[in-house]
Amino acid sequence: MKILVPVKRVADPDNANKVKVSDDGSRVTSDGLEWKMNPFDEWSLEAALRLTEDAGAKKRVGEVVLVSIGPKDEVQTIRQGLAMGDERGILVEAEDDDLDSHVVAQVLEAIAKKEEPDVVFLGKQSADGDSNVAGTKLADFLDWPLVNYAMHIATDDEGKTFTVKRELDVGQQTLKVTAPCVFTASDRILQPQAIKNGVTADDFAYPESDGGRYASLKGIMQAKKKPVEETTLEGLGVTPTRVNAYGSFTLPAARTGSTVFLETVEELVEKLQTEAKVL
Amino acid sequence: MTDVLVVAELAEGAARKTTLSAITFARQVTEATDGAFDVLVIGEGAEDAAESLTGYGARTLLTADVEGGYTAEAYAPTVAEVAKENEYGVLVACASTYGKDLMPRVAAKIGAGVASDISAVAVEDGTLHYTRPMYAGNVFGTMTVTTDVQVVTVRQTEFDAATESGGSSDTEEVDVADATEAAGRIEFVSIETVKSERPELTEADVVVSGGRSLKSAENFENVLEPLVDALGAAMGASRAAVDAGYVPNDLQIGQTGKVVAPKLYVAVGISGAIQHLAGMKGSKTIVAINKDKEAPIAQVADYFLVADLFDAVPALTDAVKSAG
Repeated sequence: MKILVPVKRVADPDNANKVKVSDDGSRVTSDGLEWKMNPFDEWSLEAALRLTEDAGAKKRVGEVVLVSIGPKDEVQTIRQGLAMGDERGILVEAEDDDLDSHVVAQVLEAIAKKEEPDVVFLGKQSADGDSNVAGTKLADFLDWPLVNYAMHIATDDEGKTFTVKRELDVGQQTLKVTAPCVFTASDRILQPQAIKNGVTADDFAYPESDGGRYASLKGIMQAKKKPVEETTLEGLGVTPTRVNAYGSFTLPAARTGSTVFLETVEELVEKLQTEAKVL
Repeated sequence: MTDVLVVAELAEGAARKTTLSAITFARQVTEATDGAFDVLVIGEGAEDAAESLTGYGARTLLTADVEGGYTAEAYAPTVAEVAKENEYGVLVACASTYGKDLMPRVAAKIGAGVASDISAVAVEDGTLHYTRPMYAGNVFGTMTVTTDVQVVTVRQTEFDAATESGGSSDTEEVDVADATEAAGRIEFVSIETVKSERPELTEADVVVSGGRSLKSAENFENVLEPLVDALGAAMGASRAAVDAGYVPNDLQIGQTGKVVAPKLYVAVGISGAIQHLAGMKGSKTIVAINKDKEAPIAQVADYFLVADLFDAVPALTDAVKSAG
């Protein structure tokens, strides 16, 4: 099974409240914040690794190819993924300002046509733009089926077909999909038994986790030697057509008033009745 | 003049209330540009479902009876055809898991840009400027979409449900478009919906949410739920509580999960990760109940009861009952 996993970096999402806007409002600045792999991509990457390994024997049985689109520094995001166990990477050099969800989907379409993976497994959104669009557009450009917000994935024929559960606002939906196809992941994809690949024993359980696996020292050393192909939009024959234009950015208004700390339930009830008037 | 197509969301043959938020957007845009809006009701039992939407001022209710359960692959071609045959400037749905799954697929088919999960729209000289939360709600970006047709999903908490304006809309059945190859490779197997007597999370005036500190599904039931019901509230949860299996996924509030903005939000044993705050900091009054005074939920809480939830929640439940 061959899986293509797009990854990008974002300003540390656990400190997103420290993101600032430039004085003229034209740019978001994340100075002082570390770059991290987009957490939603990290979940997809972890799920892709689980789909392509024999977890009991700690053996790779498939291939995960990482692709990142952005400035040259993005290679570090790829190396981080390679250290976790992925086989190789593709860096598509581009300026962040030239990208939007539409262009990203165009680039990924070109790469998917070239690489012919069984699955493209994306984060459902990026933690900065929060758009939730690129994966779905990609699926339509390719005319492949898509399961958004996958929470449980099972295959018993090495990825030719999948039974997938996905999360909805109103519950869960189960679908059968024939590869090649596109997935995006929900938070639940990291549950200990959310992935059944027909190779790892059925009763195998991964440790509880809210992110991807840690890279071992050996993994980090090996990652340096793994191939990363570099290309460009032109090299892929993509003519980018941006469709979104951001004019300005603002920070949300701070909540008014400060926090009132209380010691007893009686005080709280009194405040809610007489001050907030919500009881 | 900008005409708008609202794509209705159905659940079990009836229009979900999310549809009314999309109609509110459509009214804002068409009133500002002197346009008109239609509503496309698509899915099994579309004609019956359309009846409930007749009094909201739509020019035409278009119905498409697509058989079988929902997949974007099956629905999107019909929505795209309707869009192509009419001169809509904007297609809109609510930014529910339905709208966010379907609309970008439609956008791809008609070469449109998407303004996703917007919190506001403004019309200036006929151009639509969309404001949308980014960075887990820590930045708001204002953007335009440069394609002729624009696809929009609206955040339900920021677009109040439309109320009936009277009259009745014309109804017209539209053809179901041919399926593409993708539809042949995805099969709807089943849907499990969660039934609750409580108000819907995204619509409730009061939300009570629990975190991992509740420690078990039983405690959610025995400790938290009595407070939820005493307040006539909807119940929510943090990602950690859902991950731990204490409650089902549809209760999750946050950057992933649902966004709520009730009059009163009570966070019980929730530390307040940025990802959780993204889903509730628009609430009017926020109460935190937590042993740890330093918990980041304090950044947004109006009232912070520093207490053990296992003592405080039953006491609060009793107090609410006797006050009511």
